[in-house]
Amino acid sequence: MTTVHTLRIDGADVAASDGQSILAVATENGIDIPTMCHLDGLSDTASCRLCLVEVAGSNKLTPACTTLVTEGMDITTTSEQLTEYRRTITEMLFLERNHICAICVANNHCELQDLAEKLQIDHFELPVINPSVGIDASHPLFAIDHNRCIMCQRCVRVCAEIEGAFTWGVMGSGIAERVVTDMGTPWGESPTCTSCGKCVQVCPTGALFENGRSIAEGSKAQRPFLPFLKRLGEGLEQT
Amino acid sequence: MSESSATTSARPRRRVVNLPAHVGPTRASAYVCEAVSCLSMQSHDVLLGLGERVAAAGLTDVEVKRVGCLGLCAAGPLVQIPETGELFAHVVPDNLGGIVEALAAAVPGGERVPEAPFFSRQLRIVTENSGRIDPESLEDYVASGGYQALRTVLSTMTPAEVRDEIARSGLRGRGGAGYPTGLKWNTVAKAIGSPKYVICNADEGDPGAFMDRSVLESDPYRVLEGMAIAAYAVGASIGYVYCRAEYPLAVSRLHKAIQAAGRSNYLGASMLDTEFSFEVDIRQGAGAFVCGEETALIASLEGGRGTPRTRPPYPAVAGLWHQPTLINNVETFANVAPIIRKGGSWFAGLGTATSKGTKVFALAGRVVNTGLIEVPMGTTLREIVFDIGGGIVDGRAFKAVQTGGPSGGCIPSEFLDMGVDYESLIGVGSFMGSGGMIVMDETSCMVDVARYFMDFCREESCGKCVPCRVGTTQLFMLLERITTGEATMDDLAQMERLGHMVQRTSLCGLGQGAPNPIFSTLRYFRDEYVAHIVDRVCPAGVCSIEPAPVST
Ligand SMILES: Cc1cc2nc3c(=O)[nH]c(=O)nc-3n(C[C@H](O)[C@H](O)[C@H](O)COP(=O)(O)O)c2cc1C
Ligand code: SF4
Ligand code: SF4
Ligand code: FES
Repeated sequence: MTTVHTLRIDGADVAASDGQSILAVATENGIDIPTMCHLDGLSDTASCRLCLVEVAGSNKLTPACTTLVTEGMDITTTSEQLTEYRRTITEMLFLERNHICAICVANNHCELQDLAEKLQIDHFELPVINPSVGIDASHPLFAIDHNRCIMCQRCVRVCAEIEGAFTWGVMGSGIAERVVTDMGTPWGESPTCTSCGKCVQVCPTGALFENGRSIAEGSKAQRPFLPFLKRLGEGLEQT
Repeated sequence: MSESSATTSARPRRRVVNLPAHVGPTRASAYVCEAVSCLSMQSHDVLLGLGERVAAAGLTDVEVKRVGCLGLCAAGPLVQIPETGELFAHVVPDNLGGIVEALAAAVPGGERVPEAPFFSRQLRIVTENSGRIDPESLEDYVASGGYQALRTVLSTMTPAEVRDEIARSGLRGRGGAGYPTGLKWNTVAKAIGSPKYVICNADEGDPGAFMDRSVLESDPYRVLEGMAIAAYAVGASIGYVYCRAEYPLAVSRLHKAIQAAGRSNYLGASMLDTEFSFEVDIRQGAGAFVCGEETALIASLEGGRGTPRTRPPYPAVAGLWHQPTLINNVETFANVAPIIRKGGSWFAGLGTATSKGTKVFALAGRVVNTGLIEVPMGTTLREIVFDIGGGIVDGRAFKAVQTGGPSGGCIPSEFLDMGVDYESLIGVGSFMGSGGMIVMDETSCMVDVARYFMDFCREESCGKCVPCRVGTTQLFMLLERITTGEATMDDLAQMERLGHMVQRTSLCGLGQGAPNPIFSTLRYFRDEYVAHIVDRVCPAGVCSIEPAPVST
């Protein structure tokens, strides 16, 4: 038996069960909170900070994806301040590396583009970083263009948590952080990669793509394995 | 006083200390500092040389002894004759005649050299044994009251009574944020799960900070005793000291101490013939600053990448291997045994209304006496800088003191008479942090100081969350624009906006604190920023700015 909580999101009273995140409850109730590192079915890292919300009684912002609901919580998901922060985060993601959309495989199929549109970003003001980072095209089916990577680490998590291959990892720190295959081995020589393509499917941008797909075709297929596994997981928990 | 330097310098370096044992009661002793700073200046040769000279002079009632940090690190190697209070600075192995003469002349109970304010203004609790006992000798530690507290705890107190005593003392965490220690211990004690862990945070990564290193090098048993008492109080059975690998001497002394304590039943199974058991192991960190953050430290201990995670859950509830975990700083643990020995009320009687006891600071920068000091909470900055620190080098003007490391701020002269505690520092826009204190004079450029700390944060950002990973680099770029004279006032406004955003949205304390040096320097020295931007000059003459292109 699960405990039911009542709480408030943006002024509306909603019911939630124990163990749900603010994000899950908001989504269930049709309230849209911007996210990037979160993906249903994967563990959460609370690293993109887009989903930060205000909770009455606390002067700290809290990530909706990892914060579990409690009885009587009073949550504000949108405010001028929060929107401003979300715009800045999005701008940071664009300026950290190279995102010239017109020449990207993910143009018009990109979650970063969608986010910028949703937040109505029309210009950038912050300093541009854009170091020159490479491409690894050694894999027969897929490639990674680090210029488009926003370090959400969805690829790392899907590879470990769903495929169980642990091919992807993270090397370096700070602004020099990169996702790598097998501690830096070229992807094509990876002894652990099963070529399942899940990383390509979860990648929100044009960083991971299928070789040979034309720009017009786009390369992001559906992600049928994730919701399925999520339902399976929930089903198992309930029995 | 002629010295035969030829023979002393030709003496092969020996690593083993093999001092002539003196017989009968000690009339006088020479305490030779063997903490890292003095050791790096050949204090070990001083120790060996003194031993030989004392033996040669037939002073059989003189003891030559290795001790931990004597505090005045910049004047090392240091030798002290505790019986007379004489302190010898900058001792060189080739010139020991003066010390030997002083030892020969020393009269026990005779006239003492009055102590310099550097020493007399300090109150030593955490460092009470530093520079007084041999850090590698369990007997010395026990002889100076060591392990009395643990004995009392194990034989006469319940865990709840121990926690009450710590709560009564008002002790707050010395790792930076000042979280009440008694409260933390109670949370871990009440958390459900077994085994429970105790972790000593000895990662100390702030630039210029070496308080924890000095405590571990000078008095390692004190930290182990504190951990054992904590373990009993919260019901833990396994402990780890997470120490930077850059501290090999601290690690080696700790390692020896763990072994000796284990042999004498001060650690291990059925300690001091009671039912209580507690094991301690050392883990070495690779020196990333962020690994001092408690959740990153735990991830690193578990063998993963040392990156922070969101709290809650707090380590007290779900820490190492998801078990309840008590994590405290070295200095926090070092306060525990004295509190038990002398009582929580004694400790609560020292310091200020909200901050009890003492704080160890690493005094550095443009001050005459640099080194390690311990003062009661509430001591004013003026006492620290001018009385203990001996004022500013070359008689220049005091400008600011930086506290709190990369999350801290610069405090200007108008606050020199402010007593230092957790709240007062936050009130003036700074932070206690681990205890670094850098004194600056008129030759320091405050924009350059902010730039220096942002450079540090940018280098040390783990990269996990976007605001810190990207924001610290962008803030650094904006500061560089200012220090090179390329910025506009719009850049300054943008930097302030970005700073607030990074502070509010970053995942852990590193990102949240990173903009603080900017805010505090802007608060008190905004005119310096404006001078760089509008007048294109660095008032302190530190930043090199190209003259403005002549407009026609
Ligand atoms: C970036 C960062 C670095 C830290 N480094 C240290 C450190 O080197 N030593 C330490 O004791 N605490 C450090 N802390 C604080 C720890 O997270 C933790 O609060 C502390 O160890 C708790 O001990 P205390 O209650 O005794 O202060 C750091 C925190 C942050 C955010
Ligand atoms: S490659 Fe794609 S999925 Fe992986 S971290 Fe980069 S942006 Fe995220
Ligand atoms: S604030 Fe900085 S150090 Fe902390 S998690 Fe974020 S990127 Fe890592
Ligand atoms: S979605 Fe919550 S922090 Fe990224």
